[in-house]
Amino acid sequence: MKGALTPAAAADMIPDGASVMIGGFMAVGSPLRMIDALVARGARGLTVIANDTAMPGRGIGRLITAGCIARLITSHIGLNPETQAKMIAGEIDVELVPQGTLVERIRAGGVGLGGVLTPTGLGTEVQQGKQVIEVQGKRYLLETPLRADFALLAAWQADYLGNLCYMLTAHNFNPVMAMAGATVIAEADSIVPVGVIAPDAVKTPGVLVDHLLLRSGKGE
Amino acid sequence: MDAKELIARRVAREIRPGMLVNLGIGLPSLVAGYVPASLGVFFQAENGVIGLGARPPEGMEDPHLTDAGGGFVTAVPGAASIDSAMSFGLIRGGHLDMTVLGGLQVDAQGRLANWKVPGKMVPGMGGAMDLVTGAARVVVAMQHAARGQSKIVADCDLPLTSLRRVDLVVTDLAVIVPREDGLHLIERAPGVSVADIIAATTAPLIVPDDVPEMILI
Repeated sequence: MKGALTPAAAADMIPDGASVMIGGFMAVGSPLRMIDALVARGARGLTVIANDTAMPGRGIGRLITAGCIARLITSHIGLNPETQAKMIAGEIDVELVPQGTLVERIRAGGVGLGGVLTPTGLGTEVQQGKQVIEVQGKRYLLETPLRADFALLAAWQADYLGNLCYMLTAHNFNPVMAMAGATVIAEADSIVPVGVIAPDAVKTPGVLVDHLLLRSGKGE
Repeated sequence: MDAKELIARRVAREIRPGMLVNLGIGLPSLVAGYVPASLGVFFQAENGVIGLGARPPEGMEDPHLTDAGGGFVTAVPGAASIDSAMSFGLIRGGHLDMTVLGGLQVDAQGRLANWKVPGKMVPGMGGAMDLVTGAARVVVAMQHAARGQSKIVADCDLPLTSLRRVDLVVTDLAVIVPREDGLHLIERAPGVSVADIIAATTAPLIVPDDVPEMILI
């Protein structure tokens, strides 16, 4: 862990055009302060990799509204009509990926695998342009790994070393994205002394985390 | 009783004790309300909980505990929270006993389309493709027709969710079992005749001599 940043400093680290993984599922477990800072900075041309774009005005939906995103790799935009409208108008290039495939592509990118073989999507539009590989008599699609310049995570608790733990349905993509970003920035509900998070409770080891956000209200 | 309640109450009868079940957002999520707690069923939400419970009391919601539609839920005793890789590992890996999904179309081969109307509505597949690919049993819960058009069609003209043949289709008019030889009509909704169902369906149906009325929970 290299240190704690204000949200504005974190947003300044992320240049226009960067690729950014953002944790969360319908804004639950999304790094909301970092998202707001990217909007405030007026970020442009981002490639965002995330499960969904929440709803207008919430979570990643704010990046959509503010025009920060040029390209989106995601599984579901059904609850954000603004994303759909911008996709249909050609303002955002959207790649729709089955959710289980999306998380495994990110995992593959983070754990040094050259791809994933999945039966999901066989014989559908998702198959277009992809290699079909037969293993032990079963057919699979070859799905390629995903990595990003940044992974922006939300956690329940972080300690001073960047060890993270998550609560309930706010895990979602966060632990997986923690391995797939070149620079990993985590925003936690609370930051606690080293040792408060028991080793067995750590879901993301601090060695993966480059920066924490300063606690809410500090330096904002 | 409205159409959605009818469908949910019929689907609820498919759920057996001790199952792990995923309910899609929208109509399928209503099914949970008709499954008695005594069955010991665990509901999975793909955003990361096994053991989804009912809505919490007003003002007691936890922002870290929602269903796949983003609505506040509770967790039952014995619940487990998991990340998305584990969640879809369960789904794709064959550990899920049943999924109940909404549909835009089901065709004569029992194939489901439910994620895209090209150029009009593109919600994305979310977890649907993984669920249809991996669940032991796939139940489609949907209205029989939309804007006067049958949703049970000879051949899906909307993009498919999977090549897999779904196991059961429950609509406000009928219960249909897709098999290798086609769509078998096995039950009709209360007050609905076989002739009504045939008239409302563009796909060919295989109709036995006796088509009993649905029994609802």
